[in-house]
Amino acid sequence: MGSITLKGVTKRFDDVEVIPPLDLSIEDGEFVVFVGPSGCGKSTLLRLIAGLEDVSGGHIELDGRDVTELPPSKRGLAMVFQSYALYPHMTVRKNIGFPLKMAGLEQSAIDAKVEAAAKVLNLGDYIERRPGQLSGGQRQRVAIGRAIVREPSSFLFDEPLSNLDAALRGTMRLEISELHNTLKTTMVYVTHDQVEAMTMADKIVVLNKGNIEQVGSPLELYKNPVSLFVAGFIGSPAMNMVTGEPAARHGAHTIGVRPEHLRLSTEGGEWSGTVGVAEHLGSDTFLHVEVDGIGTMTARADGEFPARHGDRIGLTPDTARLHRFDAAGAAMTA
Amino acid sequence: MARNVTTGQKAFWTVCAWTVGIAIFFPIFWTVLTSFKTEAEAVRAPALFDFDWTLENYSTVFDRSPYARHFLNSVVIAVGSTIVALIIAVPAAWAMAFSPTKRTRGLLMWMLSTKMLPPVGVLIPIYLLFRDTGLLDTRTGLVIVMTLVNLPIVIWMLFTYFREIPGEILEAARMDGASLKSEILYVLTPMALPGIASTMLLNVILAWNEAFWTLTLTAANAAPLTAFIASYSSPEGLFYAKLSAASTMAIAPVLILGWFSQKQLVRGLTFGAVK
Repeated sequence: MGSITLKGVTKRFDDVEVIPPLDLSIEDGEFVVFVGPSGCGKSTLLRLIAGLEDVSGGHIELDGRDVTELPPSKRGLAMVFQSYALYPHMTVRKNIGFPLKMAGLEQSAIDAKVEAAAKVLNLGDYIERRPGQLSGGQRQRVAIGRAIVREPSSFLFDEPLSNLDAALRGTMRLEISELHNTLKTTMVYVTHDQVEAMTMADKIVVLNKGNIEQVGSPLELYKNPVSLFVAGFIGSPAMNMVTGEPAARHGAHTIGVRPEHLRLSTEGGEWSGTVGVAEHLGSDTFLHVEVDGIGTMTARADGEFPARHGDRIGLTPDTARLHRFDAAGAAMTA
Repeated sequence: MARNVTTGQKAFWTVCAWTVGIAIFFPIFWTVLTSFKTEAEAVRAPALFDFDWTLENYSTVFDRSPYARHFLNSVVIAVGSTIVALIIAVPAAWAMAFSPTKRTRGLLMWMLSTKMLPPVGVLIPIYLLFRDTGLLDTRTGLVIVMTLVNLPIVIWMLFTYFREIPGEILEAARMDGASLKSEILYVLTPMALPGIASTMLLNVILAWNEAFWTLTLTAANAAPLTAFIASYSSPEGLFYAKLSAASTMAIAPVLILGWFSQKQLVRGLTFGAVK
């Protein structure tokens, strides 16, 4: 069982309240991603759950058990750090076996579990090497192996892929998702990369300045953002935001339209502009358009769209997919 | 941008470096040389190696003084005070490095400031304390004094090393179920071993060479090699040759230790200076 409940959890550093009272429920087996810009408190929240930081107020429960006062070693959680945090003086075998040694297991049992984890993570050939002799991806697998052998109730990941190159990040993302499908253990994953959030999560928690902006499935956040912040953060390229008279015409202070919900035409449209940069990817075309009276907007078209720098183009938003926000930045439901 | 260094400049700085090196080494070199001269030749200042080499000073010193007992006292005091200092300093440096508070920096400065106090300023109270507690002329008493005298430096050096260790690794150990004792034993100490070794070496050397407290607080039983050397400056005058022989026998062990561990010593003294 791996449910996590946060009730009124707050965190202050001296006089600065970085996390105001926060409530959150994570169900057993969920893959939950904390996402948000730098400094939003996502890593702090993860460290509070881990017990590496003390809460300033509120309670943390794991499977209904209040663990607020318990040290990290007693919470039954495992954590994978951004910098891997491998023990440089120990071999891969000893790194993975360390938590089992701390748990007091017999050496034969430790060896068996380490071999099994190494096999699952394709580390068999490197088991006697030290971290300094491994690549970034291998080190990350060792860190994951060290977490797996503990058979924790939940895994905590603190931006584990940030230090990897783009190609490796893509591969490791899939591996972590497959791991979740296999183990079916609760995973709490922190990232600033909304693509990681969208592709890996069962549930996304969007954080901004310590506050939870919205909690929901990736598609829910994508289709129904409750605030300007969530709308602008989720989705790549970002949602186009329009204020002033064009927004007022649609009955809102601000309207948001995703790049793929702009209909493009060389014959004109609700808005007109000049193509600045045209990105032809083959499967998609992204046009960065300087729209008259509005500013720069990004539009996406399927396949090849014959537009070049300097061309005049018309854009029409799909009104059914338009997002309306009031002056306070909250989504207007009607 | 690389600087252009001319051959002339290189030669100049090389000569300067050798001059400074020779100037520093010369007293030791002269002491060792004098230890092989007779007393007459020692005061006459002959040509560099042109004298009658003799081992009589060494045999006289060995016969006259219990070198072995003084040597053993030095070893016990230097090694003993190092071990005690480490037992106190490792947890202290851990707390300062990994759980610092607003007062940590001030506390470190205050500890180091005690090194600026002239020892003679506290001689009388320490002497009276030792007399009344029966610690005068005991190895235990000197181990205590040496520990306290060098503790600020040991804590400071360990603190500097520990700060170089990423805190996340210790956090990972905590998440892996390590208690504080296991964290220090299995993770921190092995990672900081080079720093701990350098600190130990430096403390052994400092304790070995310490003369003020060893001369003041010891007489016959616990006198280390520093007192052994001083015993050869007598009211009749200085017997330079024998004094040199006694000095050579006193400094030889720590010179040899320093020679074999110079890499660690240099690393220890300069670690953290450059990132």
